[in-house]
Amino acid sequence: MADAAGVSRPDRTRTWLAALLPLVALLVFLLLFLRFGPAGVFTGSFPPVEELTITRVTLPDRGVLRVHAVNGGPAPVTVAQVLVDDASWVHTVDGSRTIGRLESREITIPYPWVEGEPVVVRLVTSTGLTFDKEVAVAVRTPAPDARYLTTFALLGLYAGVVPVFIGLLWFPFLRNLSQRWIEFFLSLTAGLLLFLGVDALAEAVELSALVPTAFQGLGLVLLGLVGTPLVLAAVGRRRRGGGSASPVYVAMLVALAIGLHNLGEGLAIGAAYASGEIALGSFLVIGFLLHNTTEGLAILAPLTKSRVTLGLLAVLGLLAGVPTIIGAWIGGFTYSPGWTALFFAIGAGAIVQVLVELARLFPGDEKGSIAAPLNVTGFLAGMLIMYLTGLLVTA
Amino acid sequence: MSDQNDRAPEGKDLVAPLMSRRQAVKWGALGTVGLAAAGTACVQRGGPLAAGDTLKGGLAPGHGSHHDMMAVGELRRDSFDPTAFLTRFDYGRESTLPSGQTLREYDMEATEFELEVVPGVFFPAWGYNGQVPGPTIRCTEGDRLRVHFTNSGTHPHTIHFHGFHPANMDGAFEVVAPGRSYTYEFDAAPFGLHLYHCHTVPLKRHIHKGLYGAFIIDPKEGRPPARELVMVMNAFDTNFDGENEIYAVNSVAFHYQKHPIELRLGEPVRAYVVNLTEFDPINSFHLHGNFYRLYRTGTNLTHHEFTDNVMLCQGERAILEFTYDHEGPFLFHAHQSEFAELGWTGMFVVRGPAVG
Repeated sequence: MADAAGVSRPDRTRTWLAALLPLVALLVFLLLFLRFGPAGVFTGSFPPVEELTITRVTLPDRGVLRVHAVNGGPAPVTVAQVLVDDASWVHTVDGSRTIGRLESREITIPYPWVEGEPVVVRLVTSTGLTFDKEVAVAVRTPAPDARYLTTFALLGLYAGVVPVFIGLLWFPFLRNLSQRWIEFFLSLTAGLLLFLGVDALAEAVELSALVPTAFQGLGLVLLGLVGTPLVLAAVGRRRRGGGSASPVYVAMLVALAIGLHNLGEGLAIGAAYASGEIALGSFLVIGFLLHNTTEGLAILAPLTKSRVTLGLLAVLGLLAGVPTIIGAWIGGFTYSPGWTALFFAIGAGAIVQVLVELARLFPGDEKGSIAAPLNVTGFLAGMLIMYLTGLLVTA
Repeated sequence: MSDQNDRAPEGKDLVAPLMSRRQAVKWGALGTVGLAAAGTACVQRGGPLAAGDTLKGGLAPGHGSHHDMMAVGELRRDSFDPTAFLTRFDYGRESTLPSGQTLREYDMEATEFELEVVPGVFFPAWGYNGQVPGPTIRCTEGDRLRVHFTNSGTHPHTIHFHGFHPANMDGAFEVVAPGRSYTYEFDAAPFGLHLYHCHTVPLKRHIHKGLYGAFIIDPKEGRPPARELVMVMNAFDTNFDGENEIYAVNSVAFHYQKHPIELRLGEPVRAYVVNLTEFDPINSFHLHGNFYRLYRTGTNLTHHEFTDNVMLCQGERAILEFTYDHEGPFLFHAHQSEFAELGWTGMFVVRGPAVG
């Protein structure tokens, strides 16, 4: 780098030319391939493989369905007809019926859907291929008005914020523990987080299957999963200048990771609520509530020996809890599998980093190692708690 | 049903609260030809409906007082025309054999082409003479038929005619390879309404792709004069999942709903109805506002039944004779709601008697 600064102007031009030459060669080669290459063998005699993803079906009003479709395939797709519940229906498309690659359209159908019953929308393309989407429970899609913003905020508050703060009430208890038991709770935290991370990753992978192919759902998951811990590690290194992480920093990190996870959870709640499924049971909220209380405990574990102000606790609680509300808003109004998969992956990635930092808090000697029987018990207990409270969530 | 209708959009749809789903088919049809306003009035007043003065005008889709169960758009200009097909009978090239017997010669060619089965949806069809259904072969009992068949497709094909014929004229075993020809020759019998189709395996694919048609053998003494219509019930599995996406009479979903068949008051009508629907074991033909005399297979000159609904298995067919005594639009459709809603719905519009 130091040498480069001293290089004179003509040489710099040469460097640039040297960098561009392969690009020019590549371009020429590409044009030759397209013009004379053997790819023509595969095209022409078959209709192109069509791919259309219905990302969302909304029910903006009584008697109206709106289909959001994205062409994630290699070739343009023409939507010729629309079937709803196995019947042909008139409809309008906001733009050309031919949807180019990566383009999207909204299709509006005047359909007398029945509240509480399923609706299946099927798009028929010009080649006769069909693309389906089922609305499991038809309910009017909430518009982002004050009433729904409040509803989702309350939902996020119940499921995310309050439980985290309740968890923080364990602080005085943790404070009086011996080093041995502190490590037990750190292990417990690690177990909780690992379970949450795997859970988030599974959600992300599952959702990635719903992402239009061109947007590479798994790629998004990989970016979130690997990118997040790397960025957090880089930030952390900068903050502490190479030394070991401060307990407050680790707690912040835990809160952030949980927050990101809860954002994904909020997205799921919002989306489910908007599509009518969560309306089937407030049981889900109860499940999340119990599940998330343990997250407060996880945030506190690194802080047992630090000086902690009420302000810091509040910040940690908000960091972990508030994203649930934001997620519920986003999920309720503009749910997209791609974004949700990415958020879950970011949550999982953050947890990876937290686990690394947590591991560093253990002294590492014979007694204080992660493999000490009490710590192993803590780790397993953490996962078990998540498993058992998770049973309540999967309604 | 009533539950659904109770929840219909308020103030938007006056007819909805009164409608069953099947009626929705009807009023959907009315709206399409611009009868929605009159239809609403009719439902509300229970009064008569005159076709002549209500066919003008029309309402934009989605704004009529009806449900919008319908395909959108129009067929391409060069597409198969189901309206022309209705009344087109192929009597072949007629000549007389030394014995005095009438000889009818037909040229049939199997080809592959794109068939527009509903506006904008193209089905990779196989058909006789570039159309689905193939030409309606018509002759009189006792005629000698000579059918010159050429296979211009890329798969082996045959023509299997229902009726009496020697074993080697059956189209089941003498498979005609691509580029080859075969001549079927036999005497037309028994009189009635029959069908023909390819009998090459896999049968499902060869028939479903469109290699079929109606085959009418008139009785020697003929049938009473009437307005004659050919209606082949068929369906298309456009995504090849073993279930039909499109149902129709004469290949195009909703065609006769968008382009109603005009009839005259008091005019005798004879419909030759053949069921060639693949993947569903049965189909049916229901007529509104009327009953028909049903001649099963058309092999008997006295009718079997007086009804407004007939169930036909695959390959079954019937001649239906009826006359309308009321003017106005009348639906005909499969009484399987699913088939009707996926395209097997059409309409007669009955007008006053011809002047002069």
